[in-house]
Formats: sequence, C-alpha cells, structure tokens
Amino acid sequence: MTDSTRMNMIQAINSAMDVMMERDPDIVVMGEDVGYFGGVFRATAGLQSKYGKTRVFDTPITECGIIGVAVGMGAYGLRPVPEIQFADYIYPALDQLVSEAARLRYRSAGEFTAPITVRSPFGGGIFGGQTHSQSPEGIFTHISGVKTVIPSTPYDAKGLLIAAIEDNDPTIFFEPKRIYNGPFDGHWDKPTQNWSQHPAGEVPTGYYKIELGKAKVVRPGEALTILAYGTMVHVALAVIAEAGVDAEVIDLRTLVPLDIETIAASVEKTGRCMIIHEATRTSGFGAELSAQVQERCFYHLEAPIERVTGFDTPYPHSLEWAYFPGPVRIGEALKKIMKDA
Amino acid sequence: MARDPVPAHLKKNLPPLSLYVPEPKFRPGDTVDFTQVPIPTAGETRRPEITDDAQSFTDLAYQLVRVLDEDNQAVGPWNPRLTPDMLRAMLRSMAQVRAFDERMFRAQRQGKTSFYMKCTGEEAVAVSAAYALDYEDMCFPSYRQQGLLIARNWSMVDMMNQIYSNSADRLQGKQLPIMYSVKEAGFFSISGNLTTQYPQAVGWAMASAAKGDTRIAATWCGEGSTAEGDFHSACTFASVYRAPVIFNVVNNQWAISSFSGFAGAESTTFAARAVGYGIAGLRVDGNDALAVYAATAWAAERARTNQGPTLIEHFTYRAEGHSTSDDPGQYRSAGEPTAWPLGDPIARLKAHLIALGEWDEDRHAAQDKELAEMVKAAQKQAEANGVLGHGLHQPLDTLFDGVFEEMPWHLQEQQAQMIAEETASGRPWARK
Repeated sequence: MTDSTRMNMIQAINSAMDVMMERDPDIVVMGEDVGYFGGVFRATAGLQSKYGKTRVFDTPITECGIIGVAVGMGAYGLRPVPEIQFADYIYPALDQLVSEAARLRYRSAGEFTAPITVRSPFGGGIFGGQTHSQSPEGIFTHISGVKTVIPSTPYDAKGLLIAAIEDNDPTIFFEPKRIYNGPFDGHWDKPTQNWSQHPAGEVPTGYYKIELGKAKVVRPGEALTILAYGTMVHVALAVIAEAGVDAEVIDLRTLVPLDIETIAASVEKTGRCMIIHEATRTSGFGAELSAQVQERCFYHLEAPIERVTGFDTPYPHSLEWAYFPGPVRIGEALKKIMKDA
Repeated sequence: MARDPVPAHLKKNLPPLSLYVPEPKFRPGDTVDFTQVPIPTAGETRRPEITDDAQSFTDLAYQLVRVLDEDNQAVGPWNPRLTPDMLRAMLRSMAQVRAFDERMFRAQRQGKTSFYMKCTGEEAVAVSAAYALDYEDMCFPSYRQQGLLIARNWSMVDMMNQIYSNSADRLQGKQLPIMYSVKEAGFFSISGNLTTQYPQAVGWAMASAAKGDTRIAATWCGEGSTAEGDFHSACTFASVYRAPVIFNVVNNQWAISSFSGFAGAESTTFAARAVGYGIAGLRVDGNDALAVYAATAWAAERARTNQGPTLIEHFTYRAEGHSTSDDPGQYRSAGEPTAWPLGDPIARLKAHLIALGEWDEDRHAAQDKELAEMVKAAQKQAEANGVLGHGLHQPLDTLFDGVFEEMPWHLQEQQAQMIAEETASGRPWARK
C-alpha cells in the first residue's frame, strides 16, 4: 500500500480525481463552478491549475447540456466526470441521463457507450431547504443501465470513485454532503466530529479502488441486520451503540448493482432486517431492499422488515430535523423490531 | 464496409484542433480596467415606435439604452420624463432595498437564519420595473428581485418572517430564506432551481391573453441561467403565441464564480437571444433607473397591445457575492465593483435628482437614516416571532400540511408516527 494521510471526504474525492487524471489523459472534469473556483464544495480545487482548462472546465448553467456533452465526449473516447452542483439540480438532466447515457450501449449494441461518472452532493441536514437537500437515488436505481454509488467514508469515497471512473458504464456517484467534513451521529444539536478522528479518514494518497457492487459489513452483529448507506450508516451505528443492541450494520456502498449475497447471508443469520434511508419512503430504494430480502430470506425472518426513512414530504427548511430519520425514529423502529426477541 | 486505416487528419496533414475555454479578464489580485467594455453615450440609442415590427430594430440588441448622462441629466428619446415625486419614490425604494439587504445579510452572519442573498448594485433592475408595471401585472422573479416586493410596498416584517422561518412566516418555515411567495402582491413563488419561472411566466401570459384579460406577465433570470433549457423553451412559446410577457435577463456579469462568458457573452449579447426567436430585444443600462423604467414601460405597452413579448437585457454588475455561501474574493478581482463603468444605480439617481434641484445631500442622509431605523424596527418586530434554530416555530405536524390538498392515508400514518415518536422521547428542541 502506498503512503496515506488524513483526509475529509472532499479531499478524498479530490484525490480520486487527481490520481485518475494523472493516470489517464482521457479523463475530463466539468461542471458549474468546478474550474478556477474548484467547486462550491471545493471538490475540484486545484485540478484546473494542475491539468489545464481543456481537462477541467466550468460549464454553462445547463445540467441537461452538461450530461449531453459528457455523453458526446464519451462517444469520442473520453471519460468525463461531470459534476451536478446539487443532486436537486439533476432533474433537467434526466432526459440525457435516462434516455441517452443509460441506453446508449443497449441501443447501439455496444458500438457506443457512456463511460461517465456523474458526481453530485445529495442529502440534507445543512438547512438547504427543498432545493439543496434531496436524496433522489431511488429515481436512478429505477433506471436500467445506470449504476448508483454512495460512499459513507473518505476511504470508501476515493476507492469507489476511482472504480466508478474506470467503469465503462454510466455511474451516478452521490456524495452525502452532511458528512463531507465528518461522520454524523444524527444528533444535530451536538458538536460534530471530523474525519481526523475516524479510522476511515486515513486515506492512501495514491491509486486504489473498491470494487463496485460490494457492500461492507461495518459492524458484525447477531441481533438484527441494518441496511444503510451514506450519512445513515453513521446514524445507525450511533443509535445501536446508545441502545446497546448487537446489530450487524451493512453499508451498501453500491445500490445498483446490489450486493445481495452479503445482505442475504446477514439476514439469514440474524433473522431481522431494518432498512434506513434519508430519502422519502414511497417507492424509495428501501422498498426494493425490502422486496429482495422478503423474496430471498422469508423463512428466516422472525419479525416484519422495518423501513426507517424520510417522510413523504418535500424537504422542509425549518423542520428539517423533524423530517430527517434521526435517532428517535430509528430508536422507535429498533424497539419495534426487537420486541419479541 | 472496409475502413481506411489512416485517420483523416493525418492523411490531410491538417493542423490540430484546439478547445477554446473562456477566461474572465480579471482574477483575484489583478488590476481592473474596464475601458474595453463599450459604453454608448446616454441618449444616443434610438427608440422604436411601440408598433414597430421586432425585426426592424434588431440593432437595439447590440446597443445600450441609457438615459442618465455624465452630467446627471436625463436625455434622449428614452427619457421617461418622470415627475420629481416619482423619481424620489424610486430612489427611496432602492435605498430601502439596500438597507434591508445590509440588515438581513448581517442577521445571517449573526446566525439568525441559514441563508441570504443581496442585490447590491442591481436595485434599479427590480425597483424601476415595479414602478413601470401595473400593480396587477404578474411577476415571476428569480431570487434577486426583492426590490419588486419593496417597491410594491410589501411588508418588510412579512419578508423577514420568511427569512427567519419563524412562527409568522407565511410559508410556514417550508422554504429556504428569501424564496418568497406573495400572491397578493403579484409575486410568484420563487424556486431554488434556475429559470423554471420563465416558461411559467409565458403560460400565465398566454392564459391572460386567452381569457381576454388586460394583465401581462414579467419574469427575471440571471445571464448565467439563460443557458438552461427552460429559457429557450420560454422564448419559443412566447414567440409562437406572441405572449404578453417581458423577459428580463439580469446580466450582472457573474453566476457564482462563472463570468458571463460561460453563458455566451464573449460572442454576442443576451438581448440578441431575442433576435433568433423573432421577438423584440432591448439592451439596457441596468444601473440607470430611468432607462430600466423606460424600457419596461415600452415593453409593457407592446405586450398590453397584443404585440407580443420583449426580452430586456439589463447590463449591470453583482457588487457582492452570489449569496452568504460564497466569497467573491476567491474568484474575481476585488477591484471590479468599484471600477464598474456604469456606476451605482442609487448614486446615479440621487445625483440626477440633485442636478434637478429636487434633492440634496442632507435629505438623502436623513432618508438613509430613517430607512435604517425602519428596517431595524421591522427586524425587531419580526424577531419577536422567532429566528431560525431557536425553538420550534411551527407545530411539528405542519410538516405534512400542503403536500396535497387532502392528506392521503400514508401521510396521515406518517404524521401519527411522528407524533408518537415525539411523545415517546421528546426532542430537546421541541420543548423550548
């Protein structure tokens, strides 16, 4: 293993792009404010001065244009890594993502592909209101032909982003912005940690990758299985620690393709399954997880599957912590699922 | 099919292509020199008849309508010949917007709210338009037209309540600060997404026309967001149906850190976007309150007489950051705001009134003091209703209000779940 150093998630993501741009001259980074300024969250800081304006550049404010241009660059043979400034701004790009990037390989029988990695900060908890807080991953997991990746630590963010960039299919890489600077235990009114105190804040400076489609058991346990990703991994860990429950916590890391084997093996062992996501509930990714677990592990289940999610409302401004599936909601679900244990 | 193994560019011995990426003239630390920005003399741009065909004055998309000259006189065919009372009212509104912005920006810095956006240097764009439009005309603003509400005499306390997401917030704490919605004042709900309001304004205008109404619509976006598809959809619809709508493109030179070149400003003007769609286009000195007024009044009359849409580019400068979330010193020269060749809209209108003998420095200073006191008093009143993050200003269950007209079973269930959770545990912030 190469040298490593402390990084927060932004630095790890920056490092992933840096390492890959160094290795592969076909990688280009583009998006609103990503060039000279280095991105509104600083994820692309320093890349333009290092790799030049034809490889790292600001774009006009048109998300549909950004993705459409990325598809065209991919058709030429480049490997674009476009940034959509907030996941909430991705909707104008849906036509290019859904009808084009995701379908290009299939409709051209492999003549053309879209090897693009769309990075975008997502999730709430920063008082961003309804247009800077959403978790739209369920929209993308529903689209055939797109991979969806969500890291929960700096170490994973770098390894997964490198794997996504190298992948020849279009990948949506959602970055949980609430944990850019440190893991979050769900207690918004307590001081936040930063990544320097977390083992996964130690990140190799060079190249490494984490295979897409592989979940990670972040805490082995026997009492129940908790499936989570992004910010909610840390909230779940904090809640079970407070409650003293021996849960097995699985960080999915890749939503599509899903690591169903790791999930099934865990649920068969524990007999209980709780699914946690910040996104709204109805038709959220939790519904797919619940169906998968029920289909594969029905005879091992000792309690109904619990889904803990955001409510089916737009993300509110002042009441954002009432929306957020924090320790209270998870704690109540925990009592429910462990009732007859 | 057999393929030629030699790539065409090698066979033809062509020079390699190169990718052009725009770069602003000045970056942090650079000395600013705006002498290359062409500024036509005030009064020299012609004023077409209201009834003229849009194709007959496409030259105006490349000029600059200016009324206030170097001697602070109002000159030329676009001079709206406003009364001193009207000029003083416009000056007062602009100064009030600035006082409001300063106070609320500071409130954000003091942790009383999450977000704020100033319109410093751009006050004329919204304020003059508000005076030139009828009160009943419908505005579809972006997030930097607080001047419309101030000029329409909307309550500052009400605006501040929204900024604080407090118990008197008409939007019930649901929306990001400054994303106002005031139907009563003809002010459409602001979206955080860009230029979505453009086609909506066209739709409102088409509806007004279809119903034989007399009201028109006006909408605003920044030059950066003219790149969004919605801008172009709006222009197409407006052109096809000759919708009674005014498109305002506020070219304040910067979209967060991206200069106007990333929206196409190095190749043409934003007013020229109108030419391709066959709609009337004007380019206006956005820091000249009289020019903005005259252009808006002209466009409003065209719209109201069934002569269709007008696109107005307001050439101005964003004197401060994009919002409370960015530091412009990171991406542009600190010398730009003061070097801007079109000056400050408030200072210019003030100087004009003084030149007319209708205003003086003492009255201006007294007015600034009075406005600062007014804003401060409004703030005090608003803060009595609470500030963001200090206590619970909306009952928790209101989280579910307004998703639908009637709450479906699944939301009722989630609402009950939330109340049960509260009862079970009690959050520290809920008891304040």
